[in-house]
Amino acid sequence: MSETQFSINGQDTVVDADPSMPLLWVIREQLKLTGTKFGCGIAQCGACTVHLDGIPVRSCSTPLAAAEGAEITTIEGVAAEDGTRHKVQAAWIEHQVPQCGYCQSGQIMSAVALLRDNPNPSDEDIDLAMSGNICRCGAYGRIRAAIKSAASA
Amino acid sequence: MSKWTRRGFIAAGVLSGGVLAVGVGIREGHRAPKLAEMMTEDGETLVNVWVKLAPDNTITAIVPHSEMGQGVFTSMAQMLADEMDADWENVTFEQAPAHEAYANYPLGREFILGDTKVPGFVQDSLNGGFLRIAQSMGLQITGGSTAVRFTGMGGMRIAGAAAREMIVKAAGKTWSVPTRELRTENSYVHHDASNRSAPYAEFAAQAGTYAPPTQPKLKTPAEFKLMGQSLPRFDIPAKTDGTAEFGIDVDLPGMKYAAVMGPPVLGAETVSIDDTYARETPGIIKVLDKGAYVAVVADSYWHAENAIRQLDVTWSQTGAEALNQNDIFDAMRQAMDAAGDKGKEDVAIGNARRAQNAATRVYEAEYSVPFLAHAAMEPLNATAWIHDGQIELWSGLQNPLAVRDEIAGTFDVKKADVHVHNVMLGGGFGRRSNPDYPLMAVEIAREFDHPVKMIWSREQATQQDCYRTASVSRFKAGLDEAGMPVSWDNLCTQKHDPPEASQIPYKIDNQLIHYTDVEHHIRFGPWRSVDHTQHGFFIESFIDELADQAGMDGYAYRRKLLEHAPRYTAVLDAAAKAADWGRVVPEGHGLGIALVDSFGTVVAQVVEVDVTGSEPKVVHVWCAADPGYAMNPDGFIAQIESGIIYGLTAALYGDITIEDGAVVQSNFHDYPMLRMDQAPDISVEIINSGAKVGGGGEPGTPPIAPALANAVFAATGVRVRSQPIANYQEGLS
Repeated sequence: MSETQFSINGQDTVVDADPSMPLLWVIREQLKLTGTKFGCGIAQCGACTVHLDGIPVRSCSTPLAAAEGAEITTIEGVAAEDGTRHKVQAAWIEHQVPQCGYCQSGQIMSAVALLRDNPNPSDEDIDLAMSGNICRCGAYGRIRAAIKSAASA
Repeated sequence: MSKWTRRGFIAAGVLSGGVLAVGVGIREGHRAPKLAEMMTEDGETLVNVWVKLAPDNTITAIVPHSEMGQGVFTSMAQMLADEMDADWENVTFEQAPAHEAYANYPLGREFILGDTKVPGFVQDSLNGGFLRIAQSMGLQITGGSTAVRFTGMGGMRIAGAAAREMIVKAAGKTWSVPTRELRTENSYVHHDASNRSAPYAEFAAQAGTYAPPTQPKLKTPAEFKLMGQSLPRFDIPAKTDGTAEFGIDVDLPGMKYAAVMGPPVLGAETVSIDDTYARETPGIIKVLDKGAYVAVVADSYWHAENAIRQLDVTWSQTGAEALNQNDIFDAMRQAMDAAGDKGKEDVAIGNARRAQNAATRVYEAEYSVPFLAHAAMEPLNATAWIHDGQIELWSGLQNPLAVRDEIAGTFDVKKADVHVHNVMLGGGFGRRSNPDYPLMAVEIAREFDHPVKMIWSREQATQQDCYRTASVSRFKAGLDEAGMPVSWDNLCTQKHDPPEASQIPYKIDNQLIHYTDVEHHIRFGPWRSVDHTQHGFFIESFIDELADQAGMDGYAYRRKLLEHAPRYTAVLDAAAKAADWGRVVPEGHGLGIALVDSFGTVVAQVVEVDVTGSEPKVVHVWCAADPGYAMNPDGFIAQIESGIIYGLTAALYGDITIEDGAVVQSNFHDYPMLRMDQAPDISVEIINSGAKVGGGGEPGTPPIAPALANAVFAATGVRVRSQPIANYQEGLS
């Protein structure tokens, strides 16, 4: 066990845990931010996607040690401080994207990062940025439409 | 749905706090003795309470189904609210608790009766029987695309209409005006002549003194205001900000975490466990040998999972250790050889044998499909806490009532001491209708006085699934000179549900559909659309072969065989028209068509495939679907889109294989899923034919595999008779 310091959704945080523990379980079990999901444990499905210093990473395969001094954003930190939904979240509602909804935190984290870096993504850009996120309910068409809608918002 | 008999199961009353409750179910004191026996527990009224009207004029629909992405809370509330003339802004829902009162009796009734004509909508003796069956089977199930079809049509609408009539009657009494002068809108009663208006809630107390109407008048589609509208789903906002609570998110004070490991060969039991290395894992609390599986409880799931991977477990021999994938298929083929012309009879029309002997020629083909896992996004999990003589369980379940009964039966406790809290399901697809995982959570938690959350790893979920069965199907068609079928002989294997899945929509005068079953140790479980997944592929591919034999295209050939069935031809025509069937496609592309009627909804799909890359890529799917009437069109379309992607994933990649008795695949790297870059564009056209309302969750799945296979044939001339289709070239030499 050792202490790791980072900020999560703007809050400075210190956790005392095994530095090799995946960030996912620190976020879910210790920090009780359960919007970030466990899906596969091997960085194949994207359900656990969070931003580490702005970069979308698979938190199931990112050790806590990698978060030392970093700024982490999870789905709970995507909306504005006054609670206004991020334009990606709003587009997700407009297009009625989620079905079971389990993968959607990860999908939204990937989409938010995509649009920040590339405000007008092409279909190929969307394929590239979003193909790490599996949706078993098959909402891909709606995700694509929602990203385009958020891009023009 | 014309009559609601006097002994119909509708009740009303005012609850504490002035809440009017109107329920559709069965009244206490019902004369059926079997029902009286079931009412053994205090306060059990055997009434399905489906609507509550609160003093602040909010209306709550109580929905006896699980939300796993199909928007059931919204569509159920929508049906109730429309009949009630409710203000949608002030309509909400509650999920019914796992309790006998919510046994899904319309489902049970439909399950047994099917389309059998019954005098009147509700017939006392029958319904008594059905409720009993529904309860004894523990049916509170979400699956089989049943919610809108049965609960909605048979329960929600009636409860809403009855509540409205009672409120109108109470308003007439209160204002001393004839009820015919009253109208209702947005949860208000209006008397225009005297310019009076009041919210429903003002009449709740008075309404609660009336016996509910036995034949509430239901709206015609022309009168619908909410039904038929694409109302936004209740559950979506919470699914965009991380606040939706799934089973895996349950957090209780003092809770610990369990990882589990089942035997590689299903059915084996532990012989010995060496936990030397596992015990060195920090945070470990206990290693549990449960015989059929091993569990490790720790202070975090990650520690528990790490520890369990360090265990050295010796499993018993079951006799299946030498079994490989091909052995299972060989056994099916041998059983089919042995059955010959005399499999267990499913359908016999005319005389297939005689017609085949008299046919100009006979065309034969054999098809097969592999095992499939469900791979819901949320790994299976359940949290249990045993305290004060009570068992509490939190989990996402497709059949919470059956789980409660299973727990009570397995651990020999009273049903009243088992409390099942159903939370959102991160996908179900049939897997969450099996009670194995909640039972394990309880079994583990019984060893502790604190709550335990059990989570299956993705590897466990993949290797300890209840699988869509592998199966083989053989066809023999007798053809006339024009290549039209005069006989249809289909010998299938591994029959499950629904029983009609092997039937064909086509008019062929002589049919023999029969089957044989082979026992093996790979557990079966319902998988989205169940038997329709394989039969849809088999039948719709083979009919395409026959079209080719006749020198006709698949659309024209099907149409000719469907002249007797205008509902089918309308759907087929719509899909073909949307796809511009018959057009010249780019080099390396092909169009394929398929039609499947499942769960009361008729679906046709046209696929355009591009075979120029390393694997077939579906460019576009045009789909037409007739569910009779789509209650929430956008929600229905979303379900169809979902069914297509789910079925396409299986068709292209799905392949669970068995080696040395064990499932080979373990996670998404070797059991791949369709992703964004491979997802086709999908267009869905709804046909509201007015036929009996069908399901939405499953019917999108069955036609996609054959439509793809037929498109591959159109593009390449290669007939794909097995899956996964991504490997279709491997069969070529």
